[in-house]
Amino acid sequence: MKTSHRKKIKLAFRYVAVIALTILFLFPIYWLFMISFKTANEIYAYPPVWWPETLQLSNYRVLFEDGDAATVGNSLIVAGVSTIFAMILGTICAYSLARFKTGGEHLANWIISQRMIPPIAIVFPVFLLYVWFGMVDTYFGLILLYTAFNLPYVIWMMRGYIMDIPISLEQAALVDGYTRWQVVWKVVFPMCRAGLFATAIFTFVFAWNDFIFALVLTRTDVATYTVQVTHYFGGQSNFWGKISAMSVLGTLPIFFIVAFMQKYLVRGISLGAVKG
Amino acid sequence: MKNKRPLSQLILGDRGFKYQLIAPSIFILLLIGIFPLIYTLLVSFQGITMMENDTSFHGLQNYIALGTDTRLWEALLHTIIFTCIALPIELLLGLLMAQLFIDKLPGRQIFVALLVLPVVVAPVVSGATWSLLLDTRFGPINQILGWFTGEEVTLLWTINPNLVYPSILAAEIWQWTPFMFLLLLAALSAVDKSQLEAASIDGAGYWTTFFKIVLPAIWPVMAVAILIRGLDLFRLFDIVWALTRGGPGTMTETISIFTYVKGFQQFETSYTGAVALLIIILLSVLVIGALKKVEIAR
Repeated sequence: MKTSHRKKIKLAFRYVAVIALTILFLFPIYWLFMISFKTANEIYAYPPVWWPETLQLSNYRVLFEDGDAATVGNSLIVAGVSTIFAMILGTICAYSLARFKTGGEHLANWIISQRMIPPIAIVFPVFLLYVWFGMVDTYFGLILLYTAFNLPYVIWMMRGYIMDIPISLEQAALVDGYTRWQVVWKVVFPMCRAGLFATAIFTFVFAWNDFIFALVLTRTDVATYTVQVTHYFGGQSNFWGKISAMSVLGTLPIFFIVAFMQKYLVRGISLGAVKG
Repeated sequence: MKNKRPLSQLILGDRGFKYQLIAPSIFILLLIGIFPLIYTLLVSFQGITMMENDTSFHGLQNYIALGTDTRLWEALLHTIIFTCIALPIELLLGLLMAQLFIDKLPGRQIFVALLVLPVVVAPVVSGATWSLLLDTRFGPINQILGWFTGEEVTLLWTINPNLVYPSILAAEIWQWTPFMFLLLLAALSAVDKSQLEAASIDGAGYWTTFFKIVLPAIWPVMAVAILIRGLDLFRLFDIVWALTRGGPGTMTETISIFTYVKGFQQFETSYTGAVALLIIILLSVLVIGALKKVEIAR
């Protein structure tokens, strides 16, 4: 009796701590979203207003009227297309590493180490190259770089997923007269589709959230939403309505994606170290 | 059955097939990784700046300049300071938070789902968010501090030299503590319960159990988490860019921001080439060393 009473108090205490932490960690996100619904008068009110009078959308309307919202479309194009490329090329490469041990541990380690070099050191040489070939501020240039940057991640993750599936089905398919390529498309891809899906989501989010590559390699034509957000920071004053509305436009899709991805989140962000 | 196989396979066989599979990926990695690197190496031996396109051979001039460039070494120092403060705090906070969640807690999944949201926000957006929060006049943080002090607080969080580091660290720690939390929670959940029970029957105290059983069990995951976050912190750019752009002066300039400023604002092309190669060499040594110690998904 006494111990159960103590347990209840302990649980209550933990709930208080958990709720306090959740509020603490969500408050910045709440503030960002809330500002995007404020009128200019409410944004620049002193003392700060904690909830707007009405949920008005003028900050968003401005973004669409000015055409700034198109940068979200640019993010979608470059993140989407580069994800498709990286997934297809990376998965077949991962298959080779997982099943044939191509290049051994050395190749696998080299590939993952490519992921760990700071982006600024990658993007500077790439920038020089792109200037040479006239590829700065083009979809192709950005898509190529994101594909290359995400390949190590895809290869690494998919290698883990492929090693998890039994090899016997592939052997059976070969006996049935499938070519080796058919085995890859018709057996391996369907077998690891959960892994493909999860990896693709993270690949997409990396490209979607990237700032430094886009900052260096875009000007106006293919500027992504992250670059656009920083354009609203002025020397003297910041356009807070635009900053917050543009940030929300870029963040909301990610939140929706992650809500459906809880199951894969741990494995995805730990480079597969935690199977979760 | 053999004659059913296509011609390419007869020629290449299985050996060829495994190389066909990796060829496109390796090609792209080399195209974006190695080819520009060689070009940069070339450029770093020249004298290209904003003013002149001097492509004559300058020898090691740029590399010698690296040694005496105090701004570069200060940027490296700032990066190390950020890493050495943020990483232990994130790790410790994440571990404490994970401890809260480890026992049965109804509704736990909802809280976890909410707590990890900061991780997936674009870092530049979280920098922007914190610049809204920290605004001197219209931000809620000075307002909340004002409730406690009873008078108007007008701290210049992103300008005052004493406050810029705490500001950047706050944004950084807010964004990435949930990352540590999520990984450590998964690791803690996988700790063998029977071992813990056996220890408690043997009368082992909380700390003994933690250091003798829990810590060794979660260490592999912890090491990977430290490696990933350590490397991320080394490339710290977005949050600092949104909050201070490396200022005031060059006080919060990280190695990534320094490189960006040199290469894309001052157009010291050849010199930046040398800086980029220095970073790659430094990191390669670190990464190779770390990968040998840490097992990721074997």
